[in-house]
Amino acid sequence: MAAILLGISIGSQSIPFSSIWGTFIHTPTVPATDSQIIVSIRLPRVVLAFFIGAALAVAGVAFQGLLKNVLADPYTIGVSSGAAVGAVIVFFFHLYLPLLGRFTLPIVSIIFALVTLLFVLLFARLAERNMAMETIVLIGIIMNAFFGSLISLMVALSGEELRQVIGWLMGSVAMRGWSYVSLFFPFFLIGSIGLFVHIRELNAFSFGEQAAANIGVHVLQRKLFILLSASLLTGAAVAVSGTIGFVGLVTPHMTRLICGANHRRLLPLSFLYGGTFLVLADLVARTMIAPRELPIGVITSFIGAPLFAILLFKSLRRKT
Amino acid sequence: MINVKHVSYQYGEKKVLEDVSFTVYEGEFFGILGPNGSGKTTLMKLMSRELPLQQGVMFVYGQPIETYKPRQYAKLVATLPQHTDISFGYTVKEMVELGRYPYQSSLLPRWTNEDEQTVTEAIHSVTLAHKQHVRLEQLSGGERQRAALARSLAQQPRVLLLDEPTNHMDVAQQFKLLNLLKQSGLTVVAIFHDINIASLYCDRLLLLKDGKAVACGTPRELLSESMIECVFETKMKRHEHPVLPKPLVTFVPFSTPHIDEGLWHVKEHETMLVVETAKPFKVLSSALVGGGVRWATTFVNRHVSLDYRCDDAEQEMIQFLKQHGFREQWTVGMMTAVDVKDVAFSSIDEDVRLFVAVTAGVGNAVDSANAWRRTDVVASPGTINTFVFIDGHLSEAAFVQALITATEAKAKALYDKQVVDPQTNTIATGTSTDSVAIAASQQGTCYAYAGTITPIGKQLARAVYEATQTAIDSYRKRKGEQR
Repeated sequence: MAAILLGISIGSQSIPFSSIWGTFIHTPTVPATDSQIIVSIRLPRVVLAFFIGAALAVAGVAFQGLLKNVLADPYTIGVSSGAAVGAVIVFFFHLYLPLLGRFTLPIVSIIFALVTLLFVLLFARLAERNMAMETIVLIGIIMNAFFGSLISLMVALSGEELRQVIGWLMGSVAMRGWSYVSLFFPFFLIGSIGLFVHIRELNAFSFGEQAAANIGVHVLQRKLFILLSASLLTGAAVAVSGTIGFVGLVTPHMTRLICGANHRRLLPLSFLYGGTFLVLADLVARTMIAPRELPIGVITSFIGAPLFAILLFKSLRRKT
Repeated sequence: MINVKHVSYQYGEKKVLEDVSFTVYEGEFFGILGPNGSGKTTLMKLMSRELPLQQGVMFVYGQPIETYKPRQYAKLVATLPQHTDISFGYTVKEMVELGRYPYQSSLLPRWTNEDEQTVTEAIHSVTLAHKQHVRLEQLSGGERQRAALARSLAQQPRVLLLDEPTNHMDVAQQFKLLNLLKQSGLTVVAIFHDINIASLYCDRLLLLKDGKAVACGTPRELLSESMIECVFETKMKRHEHPVLPKPLVTFVPFSTPHIDEGLWHVKEHETMLVVETAKPFKVLSSALVGGGVRWATTFVNRHVSLDYRCDDAEQEMIQFLKQHGFREQWTVGMMTAVDVKDVAFSSIDEDVRLFVAVTAGVGNAVDSANAWRRTDVVASPGTINTFVFIDGHLSEAAFVQALITATEAKAKALYDKQVVDPQTNTIATGTSTDSVAIAASQQGTCYAYAGTITPIGKQLARAVYEATQTAIDSYRKRKGEQR
């Protein structure tokens, strides 16, 4: 199912399919403008959407597993707020660092995200030696609240940058180009690998940290690794495309309803479903009121909520 | 082999364990007992490394417990906590597979045949093979606990730590599980709430109270009534298990009211002698129905004809009793060929209160000392049946002595009446199917002994002697009339 969705998603770029195929095999009959659009605008957009969706989905899986709470999402521990604050600050102060050029925004955002993560972990460690997840969540709540207020402050005080800020906050993968993809890619790679090697540990953590310790998992170490990987994915995703909601929370649920809770299937399938979901959402976002674009965050909730409701009903009815 | 030395632990200011030391040997089934709050679970958490040591040392197979790496320790020690957290959406098999974690390399984990085999065996040994692909949330509490046990077994540990392992299980499951563990040969350290189960299965026990180790030893040594009263602050009585050489412990939560008047009375009946007591009496007897030790309120001596023969006399008698409206569980029943109108009574009422009823038919009298010369095989109901009722509290030894005393008195009565064993031609000591029941009200005066020179023994012997003589006379008279 995932493979088919993938195929459809990349194929449905409302440019004749022949042109797409033609571009890929370098047919000379394809108009230059078309192939230009495909390669430098549409493809990076689709690829980025896929990566972001996949990253948020698996980060969501990891957090739900670690916290043993199906209401957790990648934004729970506050890294996303950190990234958002970084971005809003760039908008607010019209920051433009000559070395970074166009990448000022995403890079500042990522830096803020990493610093926030470090802060959360340090704070948690100081508060409690073995860093219980409950403590980390509480610190995340504090961060989200604090940074949220900072963002609101800047929004309230901003003038013409307001539209840009709000637009960014609602999330988008438009007009990013390959440069953003390559910026995101290393974080994406490291984070994803970091999570995929911990499939068994994630399974173990589902039964509780003590149960995991009893079967020989080095709890503190593995927890940190997983947290780091998931936060890396989240922070970089937010830095590059804004706060796109719903994907990280709901994709793991939907996947669980389909394939069960074993992370051996859950992780890779969430990866694929998250990616395709976001690609589809992006497609809707840019075609619904063409030529204007809707923010992708709106679409994810709009499509996602009823989709989830249908799946939930089906699974509940199956049980009874 | 686990060595615990001078371990103390406190939560903040509260001392939960104080200077606890003990050793668990390889292959032992070691139990930890104690009232709530005695520190049992804390001790177990220290052994499973859920809590770090504060004071004292613990050695597991010679190494200090904190020096083991997580995987190493998991291969050595597996823990089964009281409540198993389950995760929704996992099947039994998936849960058990996690037990193989310590054996898989971190970088390139492979699932080997050995892994598969161990998991399958573990699931089989807890009899969940038919449910191995069922999701955990659909299992009962007992089944979840068994699945968790299978996971622990899949770790192939040498030591199993169990916190109240049989909490959510029915009786049959409990014993199945414990038998499995006992046979596995693993070293097991388990916290028990049920003293009797601990006594049945454990090789040695540790008793904890208020965080201190009160005693450590075998169940027989440890489970004395005073020790249990001291540790659990409840009155207990200790018994012997009827089948296994292990002590059994029972509670005495309340005592029964004292009855003074009308403790026993005889009911008239054509073919039976029936004595009923106002409260249940504790009885030691050789009766056909209710023999051994039983509490009873009704005592029946049933007349049967001389040619009564039956394959299963006990069952037949039980049916008979039921037909006549007797509650079989509260009845001590004997048979005799003697006419019950020939019963003899004897009562004593000063110093000790007792009552004796005897029917004596001496047709098949036997001299026990020379019985080995006899040739008969089948017993026929002739018999001397003796019922003794005592208003008093008899110790177990006193019950046995009362039996002895009554029997000696009976033998003397036979001698004085010159009853002869027809086959050996010597003075008989009894008949081939005699029966005695000693019934005591277990209230009032305590009699530790009932031998022939004790106050109670003397009166008992006197009453039995006199009643037996009278009963023999009545029997002979009737026999004489019949001839």
